[in-house]
Amino acid sequence: MALLQTTGVAPLTAQDLQRTGALSRWISRHAAILILGVLLVFLPTVASDFILVQVFGWGMILGIIALSLMFLGGYGGMVSLAQMTVAGVSGYMITVFGASSLPAISLFWPWWAAAPMAIVIAVAFGALTGALSARTEGIYTIMITLAIAAAFFYLTLQNWPIFNGFAGFTTIPAPIAFGINWKHPVPLYYLILFFAALSYAVVVYISRAPFGLALQGVRDNPRRMEAIGYNVTAHRIAAYAFAALIASIGGILMVWLNNQISPGSTGIEASIDLLIIAVVGGLGHPIGAFVGAFIYVVMRTFALDALVEVGLDGRRFQTLIGLTFLVIVLFSPDGVIGLWRRWSARALSQDRGTRR
Amino acid sequence: MSSIAERMAAAGTGNAIELRGVSRMFGALAALSDITLSVRPGERRAVLGSNGAGKTTLLNCVTGDFPPTSGTVRFFGEDVTTLPPHERIRRGLRRTYQISLLFSRLTVRENVYLACRGVSRSRFSFIRTRASDAIMQSVSDLISLAHLESVADRLVGELAHGQQRQLEIALALAGAPRFILFDEPAAGLSPSERGDLVAILTALPTHIGYIIIEHDMDVALRVVESVTMMHNGRIFKEGAPAEIEADPEVQELYLGGGHG
Repeated sequence: MALLQTTGVAPLTAQDLQRTGALSRWISRHAAILILGVLLVFLPTVASDFILVQVFGWGMILGIIALSLMFLGGYGGMVSLAQMTVAGVSGYMITVFGASSLPAISLFWPWWAAAPMAIVIAVAFGALTGALSARTEGIYTIMITLAIAAAFFYLTLQNWPIFNGFAGFTTIPAPIAFGINWKHPVPLYYLILFFAALSYAVVVYISRAPFGLALQGVRDNPRRMEAIGYNVTAHRIAAYAFAALIASIGGILMVWLNNQISPGSTGIEASIDLLIIAVVGGLGHPIGAFVGAFIYVVMRTFALDALVEVGLDGRRFQTLIGLTFLVIVLFSPDGVIGLWRRWSARALSQDRGTRR
Repeated sequence: MSSIAERMAAAGTGNAIELRGVSRMFGALAALSDITLSVRPGERRAVLGSNGAGKTTLLNCVTGDFPPTSGTVRFFGEDVTTLPPHERIRRGLRRTYQISLLFSRLTVRENVYLACRGVSRSRFSFIRTRASDAIMQSVSDLISLAHLESVADRLVGELAHGQQRQLEIALALAGAPRFILFDEPAAGLSPSERGDLVAILTALPTHIGYIIIEHDMDVALRVVESVTMMHNGRIFKEGAPAEIEADPEVQELYLGGGHG
């Protein structure tokens, strides 16, 4: 009561600021997403097959898998290096249960049986990862999940009966379903776009549902979560399982796009690339995963040509990629999303300043 | 509720909190030694003692934040010694912390919502709660009870210290508490905010009992009917506030000569 009296005027203006800020944030954020969605839907009318699949398709797949890392890291405070591994599990399982050029291993189930099977196994694997790391925090979570990623990599490398060793699987076409051949660039692009949009929307929605809010509570203060009635360990494991669901969809699409899977697809290097994507994009908002993935794919695809274009040695493309990421993280520890937020906040305050 | 009555009958005790022979070791240090304490339902008790007397450790043993090394803890007759904290909270126990433990990157409303959701169902729900849902009404009620309406949609990390302390109490009042443990709720509050705190505590429904740890005698002795004095991890005196204040041994050990 006394608090209200002493600061009677300040809360009103602060609230006023808050409300108009929230409104314009809502408009700008959703307008941007809607415009982006429309552009992506019409992209096949202008873009080549290469751009469509290898840049946007691949970017969105990495975005989906990075989104699972963003969900755990950004909302749950659990940085898991095993998300690429979860995608790898479902990618391998879709080839084991579905079709490949290895009849000795593949069971050639139809896609509608193989894909759910792959997802169920990957989610179980994700939940198990969660159970192993849920009682750890910070650097120890990273170490345990890194160990799991490394163990899976060497398993795929050395196991021949199921994973076909270092050769992996080739000739894994996307299925023909509903009369559409999904391995063709345009259908494949739309398939990936659909799941990217779906997983993004679901994560945004859940971030304000009880499950997502409680996860953010666990991130901010696990001890207090226990003290208001939450089973923190169970919540963390559930979050790993949900993140695995997202990553496993990305893993299946990855196999269908690449037409192959081998230990290198899901190895430690790929896991670290995924972490870079998530951090460069920013863990603060789900869109960061896709922004980071897009920057990564564009750099990977065009850095070599760009270097040759300006008269430098094309083989230095890794250096250029590394420097780009370094500069982004140096100027904005919370990634491109953080950069964007600060810019729009500044633009907003300048706008207010000129109006007054 | 009938199951609670059955559990109470089975245990043969009417106490809200009952500790028997509770000890807690931190390595070789005995933070609590052989504590036996019972508090009736609805009773309001202050636990006083100098720093390091074991007051907060006592609360941690009751909530399960740090389970006791030996001894038993009963809550409304039920043995909860080995239950994890969240199970005790779901049975109606609540607590606040000496140093605010809040969700700093969520808003005040979201903080209170989480507390209300934590002692209800669908903690794992993937469906957003509608504004018309009954739980949102309890959230608003708690926010007004803690005088936080003006900052309800601000991030908790941006709040002033006093407001965070008020939120700390609001979180402990969520749902249907049966017994609350307050750990120095007045710490860092201004005199007028202390007045608010006393008003909130005395306005609590009479069936809700609490234990309060508090260094400010003006707050502590105004809101309780009994006092437990602790020293070096042991209980050395129990009584009504007036008796404790008048006790020469207590004055020497804790209140000091200058207290008036």
